Amino acid sequence: MNKSAPAKAFNPFHALNVVGPFFGLLLVLGLFSLSPEVRPYLFTGGNFKIILIQTVIVALGALGMTMIIVSGGIDLSVGSAVALTSVVGATLLVKGYSTATAIVLTVLAGGLIGLANGLIIAGFSMMPFIVTLGMMGVVRGLAKWLAGNQTVNSPPDAPLNHLMARVSPTALFPLPPGVWIAIGLAIVVSVVMRQTVFGRYIYAIGSNEATARLCGIRVRLQKVLIYALAGLLFGLAGVMQLSRLTQGDPTVAIGLELDIIAAVVIGGASLSGGTGSILGSMIGALIMAVLRNGSNQMGWQNFTQEIIIGIVIIIAVGLDTFRQSRMRR
Amino acid sequence: MNCMDSTTLTTPRLRMTAVQKSFGATRALKNVSFEVAAGEVHALIGENGAGKSTLMKILSGAHLPDAGAVELDGQPFVPANPLRARRSGIAMIYQELTLAPHLSVEENILLGEEPARCGWLNRSRRRELAHRALAELRHEKIPLDAPVNSRTIAEQQIVEIARALIGEPKVLIMDEPTSSLTQVDTQNLFAVIERLRRLKVSVIYISHFLEECQRIADRYTVLRDGESVAHGDMASADLRQIIRLMVGREISDIYPRMPHGLGEPVLELRALAGWPKPQAASLTLRAGEILGVAGLVGTGRTETLRACFGLDRVYGGAVLVRSKEETHRTPAQRLKSGIGLLSENRKEEGLMLNRSLADNLTLTRYAPLSRCGFIQRRRQRQTAQDWMDRLDVRAQDPGQTVGELSGGNQQKIALGRLLHHQASVLLLDEPTRGIDVGSKAQIYKLLGQLAEQGKAIIFVSSYLPELLGVCDTIGVMCRGVLLEVRPAGQWTEHGIIAAAIGQAATATA
Repeated sequence: MNKSAPAKAFNPFHALNVVGPFFGLLLVLGLFSLSPEVRPYLFTGGNFKIILIQTVIVALGALGMTMIIVSGGIDLSVGSAVALTSVVGATLLVKGYSTATAIVLTVLAGGLIGLANGLIIAGFSMMPFIVTLGMMGVVRGLAKWLAGNQTVNSPPDAPLNHLMARVSPTALFPLPPGVWIAIGLAIVVSVVMRQTVFGRYIYAIGSNEATARLCGIRVRLQKVLIYALAGLLFGLAGVMQLSRLTQGDPTVAIGLELDIIAAVVIGGASLSGGTGSILGSMIGALIMAVLRNGSNQMGWQNFTQEIIIGIVIIIAVGLDTFRQSRMRR
Repeated sequence: MNCMDSTTLTTPRLRMTAVQKSFGATRALKNVSFEVAAGEVHALIGENGAGKSTLMKILSGAHLPDAGAVELDGQPFVPANPLRARRSGIAMIYQELTLAPHLSVEENILLGEEPARCGWLNRSRRRELAHRALAELRHEKIPLDAPVNSRTIAEQQIVEIARALIGEPKVLIMDEPTSSLTQVDTQNLFAVIERLRRLKVSVIYISHFLEECQRIADRYTVLRDGESVAHGDMASADLRQIIRLMVGREISDIYPRMPHGLGEPVLELRALAGWPKPQAASLTLRAGEILGVAGLVGTGRTETLRACFGLDRVYGGAVLVRSKEETHRTPAQRLKSGIGLLSENRKEEGLMLNRSLADNLTLTRYAPLSRCGFIQRRRQRQTAQDWMDRLDVRAQDPGQTVGELSGGNQQKIALGRLLHHQASVLLLDEPTRGIDVGSKAQIYKLLGQLAEQGKAIIFVSSYLPELLGVCDTIGVMCRGVLLEVRPAGQWTEHGIIAAAIGQAATATA
């Protein structure tokens, strides 16, 4: 009677969940390649390098945002946090701190913003939407104040600028360190979400917070950790922003949070929490970058791009909703 | 299992002595004492508000008692918080299931107790533990990888029990475990409780269904107004006596029969089909008729009502309202023609829990309360107050939020909305689920009065005694098919169950 536990059964819907966003990415690439002018350029190593570099900031943000959204929360202060941390990093470099110190302190600054978000949300049981909406203004203001209402140029020869530099622009390799860092962190966060108790508690809280509490999960502590960890990732996105512009700009990255949320949602996460994956979010971030890149090459105006990206988000989420309702049956 | 040692013979597993608890001026528990032995199934019986939930919250560590003693295996037991209570061996199965819907069966079973080293999940160990817990309940067929919201309510409940078993509980408290189960699922649950009994787990079984308590429990305690008023062996108990003790008065007949004649057909379903259920539902409902629909959960009863009301798409067949074909209609159109639906899911669909009684009662018909599109608050409150009085809703005032009321009172508000709407055809889906005996009796009486006024009622229920007691006619749904509706007098409980599981031949034999 004592049979061993059955092996994991293959679930076609489960597979679809992972393949879905990937299929979307192929579809977007495929549609752009229909244009004879764009096709020869789109699939060059140099262009893929551009796409990957353009993805880094959204991807790092999406890593943190996925944790937050899966836990049933949201963070609207990411754009402001990236701006503030880029200013912090530039200021530190100007003051003569070493690159390593500047990076660490910049990332910690991001973590501090996240910690503040988490403490307020968990401590006072407040809606993440409202708290981070407020924090969006507070942090943006701090960035402008710290920068004296202007951009802070990093020293021209700062090694930090190489993080996102495009060396040998016609070939895919070598990729700048920023891309490798993003890929590495994506793997780390994905493993944390899937394989650690901390990660599984994120899903549990997003799925049913009352149950999580009932099962002895320390929901408040967990939330503070989630927002603080995400903040560290947003701080790192700020470092990448600084490296890319070679200056700290307090007005940069306005609306970045919406791109990030879109990437996470395209990647299959539900804004009501409980579902989502890092792999999906990363593909979502790539889809956003490919759309921008392809539209540029088509010579489309900025407003056309915005309309198209908006439509893609709605279709992606619509398909997901449809799939969910089929799955329920 | 080991044979009992001397301590288990002499010391009860759980003993409560003269426990008291007050909230401000309200004395929720005045004097509660009872004992449960190891491996005993103990029924805790009482109306809503008798103090059952406070008692459970003390045991589960959510509240501390003001006075009195609680002992677990002879040791004083005062859990400071739910986690402590769980660790001491008190597990709880709530009436509303508390699973994380997106997580898998396996993840839910081990939630909060994941086998891990330094925060790193041990998946194979988790799988093994989850499988073992399900196997102990003889339900190893439930797939461990399936998201828990894809399983039936009955299976989800098994998952909850399996989760409780992980903590190796000494006492398992089950609050209304059968309120959303069918007869067959209830039988399975009883088999599970038998397993628990054999594992020497003490079960405190809370239910409004006295017949069930009688079947499964060894002993019982009756609670009334925060006091334990009676104990005894279930085998020798007299149900009428217990009801009298519960309510403190004699309920002469809980199913009042009011004379009412049947009129013209007001609603006809002809082989109504939805996707994937029902497959073919046919019935004719006349004015002044209470038509009961029995059947297993998931057989398509709810879906039939939803399709009929326009909430789900109709894929085949026809709906006739007052002998006119009106198959495809929206809920708004149905309401306009005087058809109202009471959802089985009171909390998520039936009511706006965070809105006031008045808002909930008047939502579908503002016309008599408004002038030029502006709702007159005073008239709305007055109307709500009238309905609250007529339905005997116990609440502070019409402005109170519905979520604060007990289940029975919430249900009266949901029903009141249909009455305020002046619906002449009422589709009621499990209207008495999870509410106390007193409120049930009031609802039965109300249904009788409505039928007397010529309203037509479809009454879907999994509780056979009430169907047999209240309905004029009863149809049994099986695998999405509802064919024959017969006068209630021609049915027996046995016959209904047989028909529900597709054994109609033996039913007529």
